[in-house]
Amino acid sequence: MARLELSSVGKAFGAVSCAADLSLAVEPGEIVAVFGPSGSGKTVLLRMIAGMFEPDEGDILVGGHSIVGAPPERLGIGMAFQNFALFPHMTARANIASGLRARGAGADVSAKVQSISHLLKIEHVLDHSPRELSNGQKQRTALARALIGNPEVLLLDDPLRNVDAKLRYEMRLELPTLLRRGSASVLYVTQDYREAMAIADRIAVLIEGRLVQVARPEEIYARPATVAVARLFGDPSINLAEVVPVAERGVLFADISGTRVRLDTADHQPMDLGACWVGVRPDDLVISQVASGDAIPARVVAVTPMHEKAVLLLRFTDGTEWLAALPPSATVADDDVFVRFAPEASLLFDRATGVRIGLPHRRQAA
Amino acid sequence: MEHSSLAGRVFRGVALALVLVFFMFPIVWIFLMSFQSNEQILRIPPRILFEPTLFNYQALISGQLRTTAGNLEISFMRNLMNSFVLSSAAVLLALLLGVPAAYAFARFKFRLGETIAFTLLSFRFAPPLLVLLPLSLYYQQLGLNDTYFGIVWVYQLIALPLILWIVRGYFEDISPDIEHAYRLAGHSWREAFTRIAVPLAGPGIAAAGLLSFIFCWNNFVFALILASADKQPVTVGALAFVTASGIQYGQIAAAIVLSVTPTLLLALYAQRYLVEGLSLGAVKG
Repeated sequence: MARLELSSVGKAFGAVSCAADLSLAVEPGEIVAVFGPSGSGKTVLLRMIAGMFEPDEGDILVGGHSIVGAPPERLGIGMAFQNFALFPHMTARANIASGLRARGAGADVSAKVQSISHLLKIEHVLDHSPRELSNGQKQRTALARALIGNPEVLLLDDPLRNVDAKLRYEMRLELPTLLRRGSASVLYVTQDYREAMAIADRIAVLIEGRLVQVARPEEIYARPATVAVARLFGDPSINLAEVVPVAERGVLFADISGTRVRLDTADHQPMDLGACWVGVRPDDLVISQVASGDAIPARVVAVTPMHEKAVLLLRFTDGTEWLAALPPSATVADDDVFVRFAPEASLLFDRATGVRIGLPHRRQAA
Repeated sequence: MEHSSLAGRVFRGVALALVLVFFMFPIVWIFLMSFQSNEQILRIPPRILFEPTLFNYQALISGQLRTTAGNLEISFMRNLMNSFVLSSAAVLLALLLGVPAAYAFARFKFRLGETIAFTLLSFRFAPPLLVLLPLSLYYQQLGLNDTYFGIVWVYQLIALPLILWIVRGYFEDISPDIEHAYRLAGHSWREAFTRIAVPLAGPGIAAAGLLSFIFCWNNFVFALILASADKQPVTVGALAFVTASGIQYGQIAAAIVLSVTPTLLLALYAQRYLVEGLSLGAVKG
């Protein structure tokens, strides 16, 4: 099995840059999720690897050999498309077998089709044509087609986008095992941070054609490289406030809506930092009815019950609005409450560059 | 629909009948005329009831037309055959050239691509008579005058743009991802073209082929100028019915029935392919 490596890949369509200086390596057996908002260049990246576009700069290597310019049929890449891209005039069986037949797999084609469709639970629809399949079955057929030849590199372009929520949950559980079976290098594009966190070993965050952070899911959540990354991970998304932190006797303080709160200094020296954003996840807020020195007074503007949690919209006295996600409680709209958070729960970002303070590596100019 | 009143249903029936009569009447009238003699046709007032005769068809098929002014040779069957050969060959050639070209125009952006495509379409704008005079001079020089190949070639002016532009639209409707997926599965672009693109554009290709067949079949002026009697299609051949002893309405009607039948049958047969959906559920939804 072979390592997939992108080395300083760049691509522009006219004046629009879709990828700039992308470097990323995917080890055999590893699943890397490429995550980013729509229009960030995820699909272009995948299509460059699949040989549909050629990069303007840089190189793409599989097992140490450049694949740039090679015709798609020679790549040995399996790909699942967001729109499934099944061959509409062939049965599901012929769709799945198409790759094997072309590569001369010979007699065991039907055995292989049988075993992969057993794995994906689509044996009963193998003789149906794509238009007779549900979206979930189409998607499984497309996955089977991508997986069957045990390709060295697997590319999945947001395969769960067009399937319903229930199936998406099921597939999130099944996919990691399925994808790891052939120990291929897997690149998984998604717009859903939960999907990326559930499926991938590492997540590559792509924003406006640049890789902003490549790290393990829990690290990206806990230590996002920039404020943009912090905003993308988490629902409801992270609360931000403009602050100018001040260091006093080895402790960093910031003024949020007139209340002095202590900030985290775990991975940087407490010092005066200039204009910053402070970020706190809605899950980390603690709401109390009792005032205390470090609690920010707020008014509950609205309460939205969501599953096992309630989301509270809080307005501080200076007008800043934050969200808190809490187990449902007696709190109702128009209550006056006091908000606290543990210093460790706070993240600091440089307001000018958006880069998180305290992460010496990967710091980059805006 | 099931809630519509009796009056509504009656009105709809009458309206449909009127439209049907309006469109079908000429065809029915011609069909009836083809079983009448010239005298029966020209009598006033015309009658719906008459004693049918196969005389017109006999004359056409035997090639002998007996008129009051004497016996006349007509080569209607040969003309019909010519129409077949010329139209089929022209459409076949246009498909061979036009389908790959349409694919290229649909899939690849290249320099002057749009200009070339539009130039090909503009052949349809030019009045045929404008190009015919210089063309006939060229044809004489090249020795293409009065050859089947020459006429088939000039029919490309009719068939090729039509096929190119219709089929191009159908190719553009096929998601390129389907072809990419096929190529990633280990097939060359040629296989992707012949096994994915062409079958999926099938209804479009059939429609374009049928339309250009009808246009070629109905063409009159190209063959009139560029072909002599033995290579002329029915459209030109019909001129023979305007004889010294008058216009042979009965034979004209029979000739029309015979020459319309093949295209009519073809259109009826192809109808279900023409309306068939294209994407066949390939893409989401």
